Amino acid sequence: MTDQQKSYSDPISYAAPRTLDEAAALLSAGNVTVLAGGTDLMPQTQSGKVKFKPLLMNVRRVAGLGGIAEAAGTIRIGALATITELLQSELVRDRLGILWQACEHFASDQIRNAATIGGNVCNASPAGDTLVPLLALNARVLLVSKPNGALVERRLPLAGFFVAPGRSQLAASELLAAVEVPLPPRGFAGEFFKFGTRPGLDISAISMALGGVRENRTLRDVRVAFGAVAPTPIRGPKTEAALEGRTLDAAAIETAVAAALADIRPISDVRATDWYRRELVGNLLRRMLSHVCER
Amino acid sequence: MSANVEIDFTLNGVGRRVSVTPGMSALTLLRDVLDLTGTKYGCGEGECGACTIRVDGVTVNSCLMFAVDCDGREVVTIEGLASDPRAQRLQQKFVEHGAVQCGFCTPGLVMQANHLLDVHPHPGAAEVQRGIEGNLCRCTGYKKIVEAIQDSGSESVRSELTL
Ligand SMILES: Cc1cc2nc3c(=O)[nH]c(=O)nc-3n(C[C@H](O)[C@H](O)[C@H](O)COP(=O)(O)OP(=O)(O)OC[C@H]3O[C@@H](n4cnc5c(N)ncnc54)[C@H](O)[C@@H]3O)c2cc1C
Ligand code: FES
Ligand code: FES
Repeated sequence: MTDQQKSYSDPISYAAPRTLDEAAALLSAGNVTVLAGGTDLMPQTQSGKVKFKPLLMNVRRVAGLGGIAEAAGTIRIGALATITELLQSELVRDRLGILWQACEHFASDQIRNAATIGGNVCNASPAGDTLVPLLALNARVLLVSKPNGALVERRLPLAGFFVAPGRSQLAASELLAAVEVPLPPRGFAGEFFKFGTRPGLDISAISMALGGVRENRTLRDVRVAFGAVAPTPIRGPKTEAALEGRTLDAAAIETAVAAALADIRPISDVRATDWYRRELVGNLLRRMLSHVCER
Repeated sequence: MSANVEIDFTLNGVGRRVSVTPGMSALTLLRDVLDLTGTKYGCGEGECGACTIRVDGVTVNSCLMFAVDCDGREVVTIEGLASDPRAQRLQQKFVEHGAVQCGFCTPGLVMQANHLLDVHPHPGAAEVQRGIEGNLCRCTGYKKIVEAIQDSGSESVRSELTL
């Protein structure tokens, strides 16, 4: 076996680059495991589920990978922004309410202080909690690499970024630099809901985000996304179509529930059976829609 | 055969230089390399909070943190809170309320409660419960712990103890 193919239970060497350029250059040389908050990487490597590449590259010292700011109608969330920083951001709370709510339901204080949004996206879990609201908010990812001595940026919509549990379109030579969220229309509001046995710390059995602009008893610009009901987090296009512009009476709500059940592809695992997940999705959607009507 | 990495950081107010392997956790560094055994190994996977430490002003699970990431940072462990007035008050309140049984969870809970009081100086019961969500206690049933933390944060207690 050549050195190129080896993986390790402990990395051979360590680097903590300070600039994006340096980080991208190291990454383009290959054989690198990226470290951000470590809250996924540590348990995954300790359990042997993931093996280290020879070089462990800590990106936490890279300048310009943090921060949350708005410019030209887009909110840019740096990959290193922690869940706690998202919760402390007025911009996120006021304009990206469903993302803020997902952060509120995320793990424990200690984990929120370490976990980054970039790590949550790159880990690509079907149950990743920020992924569901980010999908509903039409987020994009900004990926950076340095293939031929110059920095190259690539922007991809989050919808389509995830390909399988733990797998995304992120190339081994790419670093996630930021998540970009177009400002939702004024009046856009919604709810995030996650169901698990130990509220924060449990991996979600299912999660859902629903948002839209409310006018009397109708919703416009409806966005729906689901977590842990398919191999990746997904949007719910059928549910969205069933709700868009409809008066939210009992019949419309039942039509939306039927559409949601057609959008999802749940499996049975240790956390829940597929039957239970369907029940949860139906009941939660009913509950969220009646909340929306009552507001 | 990983090469050791030299890191420099502040530990409980004192500058330290140590050599660690890249895959080592901060918890292993503290307990096995530096012999600071107040920080406990409970689950090793972020579920129990027994390993809670403070890094640059916020609490984290040291079992999930890579030791190399301590480089350049300010780390405080339960040993470092020994002479901190508020932590002493917390300790006193834990004793008064009977919030300690086997004591295994206590260092982590005091670290986390101390951080909670930084953010919410006078927390309500619900805030305390939420603040210590990431700390498991197998003995007390939490009620006395919540009361002890709330009591430490209440105004009356403060005047009583600052005589
Ligand atoms: C007890 C516990 C509870 C948890 N609860 C939740 C929860 O409620 N909801 C939830 O969604 N998750 C939860 N998690 C999972 C985890 O905390 C999150 O996924 C977190 O956001 C990961 O971020 P991190 O910075 O710690 O990532 P790391 O562990 O550092 O990295 C995760 C992965 O992403 C890669 N990576 C990280 N940053 C980048 C980057 N900028 N560019 C390229 N690759 C990168 C790493 O190589 C690694 O493969 C929990 C974990 C634990 C241990
Ligand atoms: S030992 Fe770190 S959380 Fe349990
Ligand atoms: S006192 Fe025993 S675990 Fe809390």
